[in-house]
Amino acid sequence: MAGRDTQASAVDTGPVGAEIEEERRAEAYAGEPPFKTEPVSNRLVVALKDAAIAGLITLALAGPMIGLRTETAIGGLSLSQHWLPVAVTVAVVALGRLVLNLFVWNRAPGAPSPVGGVADVGGRGAASLAALLDKWRWQAMVLVIVFALAMPFMPFAGRYWMDQAIVVLTYCMLGWGLNIVVGLAGLLDLGYVAFYAVGAYSFALLATNFDLGFWVCLPMAGLLAAGWGLILGFPVLRLRGDYLAIVTLAFGEIIRIILINWYDLTNGPDGISGIPRPTLFGIPFERGEGGFADLFGLEYEPIQRIIYLYYIILILALITNLVTLRLRRLPVGRAWEALREDEIACRSLGINTTNTKLTAFAIGAMFGGFAGSFFATRQGFISPESFTAIESFIILAVVVLGGLGSQLGIVIAVIFLNAAFELLRELQEFRMLIVGMAMVLIMVWRPRGLIATRQPSVFLKKRQAVSADLVGEGRG
Amino acid sequence: MSRWEADPLLTVEHLTMRFGGLVAINDLSFQVGRGDITAIIGPNGAGKTTVFNCVTGFYKPTEGRIAMIHAPSAAGALEPLTQSARRFSEKRDLFLLDRMPDFEIAHHAKVARTFQNIRLFGGMTLLENLMVAQHNKLMVASRFTIGGILGLASYRHGVHEALDKAQYWLDRINLTDRADDPAADLPYGAQRRLEIARAMCTDPKLLCLDEPAAGLNPRESAELNALLRFIRDDHQTSVLLIEHDMGVVMQISDHIVVLDYGEKISDGTAEMVRADPKVIAAYLGVEDTEVEAIEQEVGA
Repeated sequence: MAGRDTQASAVDTGPVGAEIEEERRAEAYAGEPPFKTEPVSNRLVVALKDAAIAGLITLALAGPMIGLRTETAIGGLSLSQHWLPVAVTVAVVALGRLVLNLFVWNRAPGAPSPVGGVADVGGRGAASLAALLDKWRWQAMVLVIVFALAMPFMPFAGRYWMDQAIVVLTYCMLGWGLNIVVGLAGLLDLGYVAFYAVGAYSFALLATNFDLGFWVCLPMAGLLAAGWGLILGFPVLRLRGDYLAIVTLAFGEIIRIILINWYDLTNGPDGISGIPRPTLFGIPFERGEGGFADLFGLEYEPIQRIIYLYYIILILALITNLVTLRLRRLPVGRAWEALREDEIACRSLGINTTNTKLTAFAIGAMFGGFAGSFFATRQGFISPESFTAIESFIILAVVVLGGLGSQLGIVIAVIFLNAAFELLRELQEFRMLIVGMAMVLIMVWRPRGLIATRQPSVFLKKRQAVSADLVGEGRG
Repeated sequence: MSRWEADPLLTVEHLTMRFGGLVAINDLSFQVGRGDITAIIGPNGAGKTTVFNCVTGFYKPTEGRIAMIHAPSAAGALEPLTQSARRFSEKRDLFLLDRMPDFEIAHHAKVARTFQNIRLFGGMTLLENLMVAQHNKLMVASRFTIGGILGLASYRHGVHEALDKAQYWLDRINLTDRADDPAADLPYGAQRRLEIARAMCTDPKLLCLDEPAAGLNPRESAELNALLRFIRDDHQTSVLLIEHDMGVVMQISDHIVVLDYGEKISDGTAEMVRADPKVIAAYLGVEDTEVEAIEQEVGA
């Protein structure tokens, strides 16, 4: 029971409280009186000393790194000195350390520094971030949605930023779709891009052959992708773990190879071009008479179409997210998670695991299909080259990096990966190397992904996150 | 005729289970009486868990018939049902478990089970574990997800009822204050209790417990006895259990079936079984001369 009490108080005071408890227990074991109260002045002195040490370390580091700069001058390099930024850096670190020592960490003097190890610090940082997000859940959500809605009208939002935002949202949607299969149901799917491809090709073929509009083709493409999800689901129902992964990988490749070789239907490697752009209730985003700009009395700008695309994918992504969050709270979502935890126990409770797995595949595939439709209409041209296995791996990497089952983690992971790819564009072939290394480091730092806690779908008194150590990874 | 023969809830007839050349159960027949606590005991490797897996559909029996009789009046329809290709009677009061897949046995025939090595959903909270157990009822309430996504009143009502039931069982097993903790965080004894509560949330008519008292201390064993009696008396749920703890078995069982090497060696009330020389021989061993006599008999 003692263990439980300390745990309860740890919840109240946050992770730092747990640390204090642990130290007290350690002291108690060592035979020292457990609860020493230190005079305030003593604490202040210790905190000041700590701050001074931190300041000195910063000075030693920042001095050469910030203070001294080499510049190319006539006749060789010259050294220029910048001492003001150094002073500011040192002051920020020392003061910050002092404030943290006095008000935030609030730990007993002489206690070991909280910097225990990389994993430890990282874990705590992310845990407190998660706790903070949990506390300000609604406010944060509203803020993000308002920002997303207002983004096209912000001064920095040019063509480049809007394109990046569209890419991020597309991958968020794909990540959320795959998250249902991998994160919730625990079925490792390496061929998710197949559904992206099915969605894109269904959309393209329907739109170009039957002259249907975007809003008609979109749900049809989603349903077709869901159908292919079922087709994949049936043969792999009995497979688990590695075998499931191999078969899904093969499925992804089969779809791509069919797209290349079925020339009559898919136009093979040449791809399908002339896919219609989305229209606003039939109003095209074109220059000239009858276009969006003309009808609304605006100056025609190509960015208007981009902004419209941005809103479409934003709405699609929001729907994906809301539906997924809702599904998690429904019996079917709970059954997915139970399936990940223990399939045999599920069957002993009367859950039809076949249907449960198939719905996970189908719904995951449907969202992939929606994303594929959007991709097709945005590009105006699709070819099998866009749907290689590497796409599957990137989407899976997003899910794993974000934390299996976490919707927010996926957003963070997508933004991180996209930013990494964009910032490292100059490095060309080294780009993948660096991104790969960064991912390895992140996975060492947080083995269960960035947001590694599970939010329970229902609670009696208090919603408390479940640590990832306890959550099953699923073996198919 | 004993009570369990007169009004059985579950009948196992000529059950044989072979794994390749190994005969795990050989021509086993027994009944579980309606409203009884029935225990299956026997030395290690006697085939007790195999019987459980056959009854709950996790194994397909090689031979034999296993029938679940929900209403006493349905017992007469057993032969015609066996002749037909159906798995259960039209009124859904008679089920042939040997023809049904495991999840249907739990869902329709209302046989719930626990496992020897506890199988909780460790990363889900206690409450979630109990909600998952009410999956089928909630699926209907959520109109197979569609109504749930739209947030229909019928679904909210269904959730409310499910939560009430979960809370009821949490109260019964004294774990209400830990309802929002992950199940894997519970101590061993509490995990055993939660697994029983989870099985009870499926509204079973027969509860199969695979060594429920394993690893429990004497106080927890006594609590378990009280819980099982409560389940039998207040929920009209019959209990079939495998147990090694003779304290539990002898105190609460209305009927005991003893297995050894896949065959039934004794069947009766606690007093009858305790006095049976075959049972004593199986548990305590026999003289070498007797072994030799048996070996000659089987020609080994």
